Amino acid sequence: MNNAVECRSLTRSFKGNAKQQAIIALDNIDLDVREGELFGLLGPNGAGKTTLIKILATLLLPSSGKVTVLGYDVEREAHKIRPRINMVSGGEFSGYGLLTVRENLWMFSQFYGIPTRIAKQRIDELLHDFELADKADAKVRTISTGQRQRMNVVRGFVTDPDLIFLDEPTLGLDVNSSRTIRDYIRRWVREQNGKTALITTHYMMEAEELCDRVAIIDRGRILACDSPCNLKKQVQRDAVFTLETTQFADLDSIGHISGVKGYTGETNGERQKIRIVAEEESVLAEVIQVIAGKGGKVISLTKVESTLEDVFLQLVGRGLI
Amino acid sequence: MIDWRLNLRAVIGRAYPRVIGSFREPSWLFFDIFLPLLGIAAFAFYYQALGAPSVFIGFVILGGAMTAYWLNVLWSMAAQFYWEKEVGNLQLYLMAPMSRMSVLAGMALGGIFFTSVRALSTLALGLLIFGIEIEITSPISLLVVFFLTLFALYGMGMMFSSLYLLYGRGVWHLSSVFQEPIYFVSGFYFPVKALGFWVSLLASIVPITLGLDAMRQLIFAGQETMGFLPVSVEIVVLILLAVVFIYGARVALNFMENLGKREGRLTLRWQ
Repeated sequence: MNNAVECRSLTRSFKGNAKQQAIIALDNIDLDVREGELFGLLGPNGAGKTTLIKILATLLLPSSGKVTVLGYDVEREAHKIRPRINMVSGGEFSGYGLLTVRENLWMFSQFYGIPTRIAKQRIDELLHDFELADKADAKVRTISTGQRQRMNVVRGFVTDPDLIFLDEPTLGLDVNSSRTIRDYIRRWVREQNGKTALITTHYMMEAEELCDRVAIIDRGRILACDSPCNLKKQVQRDAVFTLETTQFADLDSIGHISGVKGYTGETNGERQKIRIVAEEESVLAEVIQVIAGKGGKVISLTKVESTLEDVFLQLVGRGLI
Repeated sequence: MIDWRLNLRAVIGRAYPRVIGSFREPSWLFFDIFLPLLGIAAFAFYYQALGAPSVFIGFVILGGAMTAYWLNVLWSMAAQFYWEKEVGNLQLYLMAPMSRMSVLAGMALGGIFFTSVRALSTLALGLLIFGIEIEITSPISLLVVFFLTLFALYGMGMMFSSLYLLYGRGVWHLSSVFQEPIYFVSGFYFPVKALGFWVSLLASIVPITLGLDAMRQLIFAGQETMGFLPVSVEIVVLILLAVVFIYGARVALNFMENLGKREGRLTLRWQ
């Protein structure tokens, strides 16, 4: 099987200001995305996900290394890549508010040279698939944020790309809109031969449910890359617990306990919910001791099945946000 | 190889929102038809008070009409890339396979529609209100000069727009810097010849200088002596300017796009 994307020793840095050193957004990355794959990039803010997508979408050049998309070099052969790709970003406000949904989509299709008859047919089909048919003739400035985001996703698919980049496509959307988008992406990749989607997301469940393979990226480096199932196997040797406690002073102290591989904390009123990935169950005794020492009290403790979030915690040492 | 079909579709696609927008928000008709007349009236009354020949008022009206194109080039084309960048359209344009010139040509074509409405109404109402008579010596030459002026002017606008690919609000000042002084050096409200040979020559870099000068000579018969250069010479220079600016725009857009991709500023917002 061919690779839709190949990155070899890819590094991208940005000039800092006078007092800052250069910022390394991507650090010596090697990555392959196979044709026909639904590939996920998972990482916290500032991990380098959007930088990577911009390089693959021919909007940014690598500082060093070699990158090919659909077999073409991003630096020298961008003109061969562009007709075959598209990109959608979450929270995007592209298009013109004065135009209707259908007109906006038609306009963007013209930038890819799609004949109007074909474009209109595709637009109608996609608007139906994305439950937007009743908004086709509504001006874009009058539709809701969720509808606008679905329109943007339609814009990405209307050119029938071979490779689509979806940068947090369900960001801030309600459950129904997110599900509609996820269902369509899954069908688009599964039902057509050789179509590839590269999706970045903050939502672990989304990556786990949707992707064939996931790369976990942090501080510009790929920490792991495998199927969600195989990634979870990595932490199945570890012990994963959730604890509910009263408020206590120093949550970070948990991270300093020997044997704790990662943790996240979430405050809910007077209580804290902590998720811990530990090397072994015996570490838990010290965790409880530390919490008590900081003025907290453990209310409940549950051993849980590992998820992709635990893989992330183990590799990155902290949660996504 | 250039894919003409793709680029033609892109031009039409980008022109569409401008044309359709002008029908959907007709309020611009008031601002773009009546307000320019106020600026022209100030100069017209000034010339009347001085007892200047009525053809001078005709010069002002023609200059006022052509102002529409100058403002359109500066703000609705060159600076437009700034807005497109802010709303996220620019990255979608740059990722698409069409030429960047097609996007700009679409903007120009769409812009010319309502700009021409403004220019023609300014010209017609101005001539009517102030009772200025015109006598066109050569309609064909007039059309040639008019379209050459637009080609060269919009070519210059495309070159400016390349700056907005890389820089943001900073370049805004450049558009401001150009706007007012060009009214003066290009002789929007008086024959440019009055500025002397060397200043007029320098001002001729801006295509509207020679375009206006030639159109005045062609619209107001008998005023050739007020022209800076003979119309035939001005036509040749306008052809050269059109070629240089359009080719220059292509080179500048490619250069700035590559620089922007290297420096990471191509899609950087809030600059």
